[in-house]
Amino acid sequence: MADIIDLGVAEIRDGFRGGQFSAREVADAFNDAVAGAEALNCFIVTTPEKAIKAAEEADRALAAGDVAALSGVPLGIKDLFCTKGVQSTAASHILEGFVPPYESTVSGKLLAAGAGMLGKLNMDQFAMGSSNETSYFGNVISPWKRNDGGNAPLSPGGSSGGTSAAIAAHIVPAATGTDTGGSIRQPAAFTGIVGVKPTYGRCSRFGIVAFASSLDQAGPMARSVKDCAILLEAMAGYDLHDATSLDEPVPNWEAGLSSDLKGKKIGIPKEYRVDDMPEEIDALWKQGEEWLRDAGAEIVEVSLPHTKYALPAYYIIAPAEASANLARYDGVRYGQRELPEGANLQEMYAATRAAGFGDEVKRRIMIGTYVLSAGFYDAYYTQAAKVRTLIVRDFDAAWESCDYLLTPTAPSAAFGLGDLSDDPIAMYLNDVFTVPSSLAGLPAIAVPGGLNGQGLPLGLQVIGKALDEQGVMNAGLALEERAGFTHRAEKWW
Amino acid sequence: MVVSEYRIQGATGDWEVVIGLEVHAQITSNAKLFSGASTEFGAEPNCNVSLVDAAMPGMLPVMNGECIRQAVRTGLALNAQINRWSRFDRKNYFYADLPQGYQISQLFHPIVGEGEIEVSLDEKDPEGTVKKIGIERIHVEQDAGKLMHDQHPTMSYVDLNRSGVALMEIVSRPDMRSPAEAGAYVRKLRSILRYVGSCDGNMEQGSMRADVNVSVRKPGDEFGIRTETKNVNSIRFIQQVVETEARRQVDLIEDGGTVVQETRLFDPDRGETRSMRSKEDAHDYRYFPDPDLLPIELSEEFVADARASLPELPDDKRHRYENELGLSAYNAAVLTAEAETARWFEALLAESAKKQDKPESDVAKAASNWLISDLFGGLNKAGVTLEESPISAAQGAELLALVADGTLSGPLAKQVFEIMFETGDDPEKIVEEKGLKQTSDTGAIEAAIAEILENNADKVEEYKGGKDKLFGFFIGQTMKAMQGKANPAVVNQILKDKLG
Repeated sequence: MADIIDLGVAEIRDGFRGGQFSAREVADAFNDAVAGAEALNCFIVTTPEKAIKAAEEADRALAAGDVAALSGVPLGIKDLFCTKGVQSTAASHILEGFVPPYESTVSGKLLAAGAGMLGKLNMDQFAMGSSNETSYFGNVISPWKRNDGGNAPLSPGGSSGGTSAAIAAHIVPAATGTDTGGSIRQPAAFTGIVGVKPTYGRCSRFGIVAFASSLDQAGPMARSVKDCAILLEAMAGYDLHDATSLDEPVPNWEAGLSSDLKGKKIGIPKEYRVDDMPEEIDALWKQGEEWLRDAGAEIVEVSLPHTKYALPAYYIIAPAEASANLARYDGVRYGQRELPEGANLQEMYAATRAAGFGDEVKRRIMIGTYVLSAGFYDAYYTQAAKVRTLIVRDFDAAWESCDYLLTPTAPSAAFGLGDLSDDPIAMYLNDVFTVPSSLAGLPAIAVPGGLNGQGLPLGLQVIGKALDEQGVMNAGLALEERAGFTHRAEKWW
Repeated sequence: MVVSEYRIQGATGDWEVVIGLEVHAQITSNAKLFSGASTEFGAEPNCNVSLVDAAMPGMLPVMNGECIRQAVRTGLALNAQINRWSRFDRKNYFYADLPQGYQISQLFHPIVGEGEIEVSLDEKDPEGTVKKIGIERIHVEQDAGKLMHDQHPTMSYVDLNRSGVALMEIVSRPDMRSPAEAGAYVRKLRSILRYVGSCDGNMEQGSMRADVNVSVRKPGDEFGIRTETKNVNSIRFIQQVVETEARRQVDLIEDGGTVVQETRLFDPDRGETRSMRSKEDAHDYRYFPDPDLLPIELSEEFVADARASLPELPDDKRHRYENELGLSAYNAAVLTAEAETARWFEALLAESAKKQDKPESDVAKAASNWLISDLFGGLNKAGVTLEESPISAAQGAELLALVADGTLSGPLAKQVFEIMFETGDDPEKIVEEKGLKQTSDTGAIEAAIAEILENNADKVEEYKGGKDKLFGFFIGQTMKAMQGKANPAVVNQILKDKLG
């Protein structure tokens, strides 16, 4: 039998149910793997005792013939999710020490489905970043290394970088991510794993620290499409506590998985051919077309004419919403408070927020504040909102000639930590392929396609119609089967 | 258009004051606008606070549909346009009583648009002038919490019980021209809100308060620059703000100064307003649509249901009282000014009609007169409100029935009323126990009269000699002998017979 830590969600679930190993053995194996991977800095806090407790319950449940969907499966939870009784910081200093007396809907559903929690995963601070370099708790180091003999530490992508690195390093079988402009998909691509951003409203946002409310979506990250389908099924569903949650039935996605794409049309958006895109990514994209054709689909070229405005619009809308969403971190009720001698209320705010937020967070709060200011609102926010409507229309028009869109996930492979940290614009460009579908609220999947010349993973993205997670995952499955991506980072930690 | 005569005398002539009011009315609801926390008044600090109200990380607002329904009903009662599509916006500013760092409000697309109400300068003088005051809009928003500065020598405490409570901001047109008009507008608005049941209108508990916009101009000129005095919490103070602020502005202008557009505070102890912040350091609230909430789309059916749920409103009721019940304009105005009074009157009327087996229109006049003169008089003297009345509507109707069937004379009824007011006992019980029943027993009356005529033979002679005025003397003597309980009509008849 393979090492337990090399098993995915479905394999653990089935092996546990089949009595090949106990849930406790699984929890112990992953707890050990987590403890042995401190060099990757994937976790902000670990909760081995919680994983063990859930495992013991799972073992009892199995004995009683009463297992739940995820009984026996330990997971990592991104630190953006509030977890009852466990510090939840969004990787920020301002929330350091904050222990919520409540559980986010999504993490609560996973725990209620029998999953155990291995710990809270590191991330970019308040989910703002594409490299996991903005965490107050330090960079996450990707388990991957270039094959050039150098030893440069690489970015696991962001913002769900702790999640992507932990899954790629096999210290968790799967974990939750959140995606606002690409924060599930880009790190999945950088680390050679699968990530699904569902339709906006599929997963409740209740209890997830808000970054940009109209864009934030929770989703699963794992090493296979099937594992993502299993997790998403447990995470999704209507929630009365989130007014933007969709009141739609949750399909049985796992059972619906099929890589037969006969009769499906795959659109290739011509505007996604950006300048300076590495040859290897273009080649993989073409390879992806072939794979999907091989799965029975027809390939058509489509146009999404407003694509080039998506990134600028995103970097107005997301910071605008963030500037308001982060106003609650003021030192009055919870989290860090800086109270200089003799400070008044305004001075307390200023000191608390100056000390509590990192540079990238401050940058986005300032951008957001600026674009909403009197005299600038129409030129920025209103324009961006209009662009967003045009982007939605672009997709609607594309759906008249195709069922899914195939694009690269990110415009490059993983870069070195520190390589882009002085150039925010270059960093923001990482989201160029993921942002349009975020603005339109559409489901998308990132699937590993192969390695580049430096031995680093490259990903492909499939975007689908609203609520068609099944179709998106099916197309992802077709890619996964044909790519046969079995590479993994060599253990150095 | 009624032209107000209210003028401020200045050195350069007469000035006119222009007033617009933004009334913040707390929507009557069990739960807050976006959370399930209770809205009960007077709870211990921070006991009515949910995780949402405290703006804990990841918490989301979920709209309370009842608050929306009440806002729509209010809009309909103010003859206003209901916007079938509206949306919530975030109004961003930092303050310790505002946990989210923004207030959820409606700037761009309020739920209620233009409307108007009719205001009588003296609600109780139906012949007085009536003026239409325009409503610009009503929007729904969250209230903030409260800071307490007297709990600690160097720190302020925050009470979030009010945080998230639903408010309607009812914005008038600048249509008022005197303190009296401003007062009358607020009274009328409060009356309508109470009828509708969308706000209890208790200004002393903070359920209703007003931002008072005041400017002055020479009559006929363009509007002047206005100031806004925030959070004024009684009608008397609103009128004082208008008076003092208009006076201040006139004096300022006439001294060569200019009015600055600014926010001011009213100090009731000193009876003056003072500057809070000027336009230069005014907040930039950076309003934008709240992405946590979907737009509110109202179906035609929802609006129709809201309309159907409205009670008869004060103006309609007043007209009906006059036209169908035959009440005087004054009585109709008094009885309809407050929903509670009208409710009480209608209960009295229904009971009276039932007890006397007559149509309401036949008993309305007596009932309205008794309520306004006897009961209100008694309540006023005792200093209690109608809600606290020791006499119920059913008891009042019983008393009126005893008068109508001749059991009680007018004077006896007054006596019984006094005792009812004192003890809360039923009138029949009082009549029985105290023997206050009016008697029509002709035998007893005849016996009494016979004795009186015998003892006053001289006066009988004088009467018969033509001194008619003595008839009153005989009546008085008879009533006295009967201890006031004789039926005056019977006494009258027997005396006439005996005296020939």
